[in-house]
Amino acid sequence: MSRIARRFEQLRAEGRTALIPFVTAGDPNPATTLELMRAMVAAGADLIELGVPFSDPIADGPVIQRATERALAGGMSLDGVLALVRTFRAEDRHTPVVLMGYLNPIEVMGYESFAAAARDAGVDGALIVDVPPEEGHGLVATLKEHGIDLVYLLAPTSTESRIARIGEVASGFVYYVSVKGVTGAGHLDTGAVAERLAAIRKCIALPVGVGFGIKDAETAGRVAAVADAVIVGSAIVERIEALAADAPSIPGAIGDFLSTLRAALDASDARLAEEEPA
Amino acid sequence: MAITADDLRAQRAAYDLPDAGGHFGPYGGIFVPETLMHPLEELREAYERFRADPDFLAELDADLRDYVGRPSPLYHAARWSRELGGAQIYLKREDLNHTGAHKVNNTIGQALLARRMGKRRIIAETGAGQHGVATATVAARLGLTCVVYMGEVDVARQEANVYRMKLLGAEVVPVRSGSRTLKDALNEAMRDWVTNIDDTFYIIGTVAGPHPYPMMVRDFQTVIGREARAQMLERTGRLPDALVACVGGGSNAIGLFHPFIEDAEVAIIGVEAAGEGLASGHHAAPLCAGKPGVLHGNRTYLMEDAHGQIVETHSISAGLDYPGVGPEHAWLKDSGRARYVSVTDDEALAAFHHLTRTEGIIPALESSHALAEAHKLAPTLSPEQSILINLSGRGDKDMHTVAQHDGWAA
Repeated sequence: MSRIARRFEQLRAEGRTALIPFVTAGDPNPATTLELMRAMVAAGADLIELGVPFSDPIADGPVIQRATERALAGGMSLDGVLALVRTFRAEDRHTPVVLMGYLNPIEVMGYESFAAAARDAGVDGALIVDVPPEEGHGLVATLKEHGIDLVYLLAPTSTESRIARIGEVASGFVYYVSVKGVTGAGHLDTGAVAERLAAIRKCIALPVGVGFGIKDAETAGRVAAVADAVIVGSAIVERIEALAADAPSIPGAIGDFLSTLRAALDASDARLAEEEPA
Repeated sequence: MAITADDLRAQRAAYDLPDAGGHFGPYGGIFVPETLMHPLEELREAYERFRADPDFLAELDADLRDYVGRPSPLYHAARWSRELGGAQIYLKREDLNHTGAHKVNNTIGQALLARRMGKRRIIAETGAGQHGVATATVAARLGLTCVVYMGEVDVARQEANVYRMKLLGAEVVPVRSGSRTLKDALNEAMRDWVTNIDDTFYIIGTVAGPHPYPMMVRDFQTVIGREARAQMLERTGRLPDALVACVGGGSNAIGLFHPFIEDAEVAIIGVEAAGEGLASGHHAAPLCAGKPGVLHGNRTYLMEDAHGQIVETHSISAGLDYPGVGPEHAWLKDSGRARYVSVTDDEALAAFHHLTRTEGIIPALESSHALAEAHKLAPTLSPEQSILINLSGRGDKDMHTVAQHDGWAA
């Protein structure tokens, strides 16, 4: 069983919703990212999504794009991201790490080299934003061989047949994009999300995380009532940006923010437990 | 390179590209976030339905004739040919189209499709501004809302086109991310599309992007090659010995090349922007000096660094300043059917001046790259042979750039 599957099994047993923070690796510098990963775990993160910076992030909004530019300006690369994970993994054997990024840097490294290096560094999953199942053949097979889970996005525009198709290749969990738009966009409609999650769960047995558009504890709490995991990216990266000039303060500040999200998730989980006693 | 009958048969059999998934051999495809998968499928279905619809095709033909002014003339540049001393050079005059370039062939097609799909809002990316102007133009005519994304660097160097778009009622959004040029405008347009998918049609201006764009844009642009092929046969009784067109994303080139792909005796030459020279690293020539990778929804040749990050490009011509290239060109290169060369800023400028002074035609800087290749090629051929060049656009938009370069303006 993969580290991601184990983590979700444990959360399910405890009746808890997973909190998954996203940060761009190397924003504003690699040392801060490492400190941040530790601080996020301490503040209640169950799984960490690390953005692999790419020069042309078409699925990301301005906040994460700027983070990407800061990280690239600081020399971050796919190799650099793997080195960060390796260091993190040496001290934390339980918190799964998922890389989120775009295909081209992986193409340049080579599928086999990437999969082997990622596995070796302690990466647990990969979400390659611009690779739908239709184009994934070689990559999917190679990552699976190396035991790396393939996390896929599902969108409000995904048809039933697409959901089923993604269900065939996805592992670990699936990531429902709660708004039409890029990361950090728009306003999240919890009712609509609940409806879509029900449709997804009919086709896919994996845990379902919800992200894009979760900006604060209040929204996180509402989403926690329907999702297995709450994924928060732009709201964190925005705070990192505001503190970029004072990097040492970032881990503490983000830890504090995550604690408020964690509390909202816990409160939602407690309400659910009262409504449906086990 | 000698092509055998077997090669030709294989090519004919193979040349029903792209496949159902939008692949040209290993290139092309659909590399986009999940949110765009279904809308692209809808677009493909609509396009395939309408391209077989006589009513749609009649509407398109009428617009190309009455609004664009097609067919565009085939012009024998006799004086320029004599000066170069070799092959006869024929220019396909896409510069005489309404809005001044080949771009409008495609925007009319896509805008008519948008209207039939019930989309009332049009978005586009633009580099030199020609595609933006061509999009704003058809949007004005069809009464559609139009938003054009343009890199901040391009906004500055193509001021006149920005103003034209505004006159036509389009909103021009300067893009300040990344290298602030065409590729970043494309990123921003894709983000807009993801966000406003319900009412918005994204008119991509070149044969790049995810399937079905490379196929659809090509189909709308092949009117260039179909006309030119018939015109050459009528005028000279034979096909040209070589085709030459500039390649940025590659839409004017594929439009000219495609109807000749099975004519093995016709050499096909695409010209990329070598900028300050390939060795300088300051260029926009992915086919000549790049490697295959994935950008903007398709697999193709790219300009990237050792870590797979897309690098900034340079060309004096904003319309060629793009780090990728249409996937069909990648395939034509690998298959050997087309040859890709590059021309520097200085060579393009020299050809720009030469054509202007010998023929009284001021070409776009993009098209000047194709002209510069003819400078090299024509003297190697005999006067009985002919070269067909796509004069893809006129140079009015480039007055400031050229004047600045020649020291006539600040």
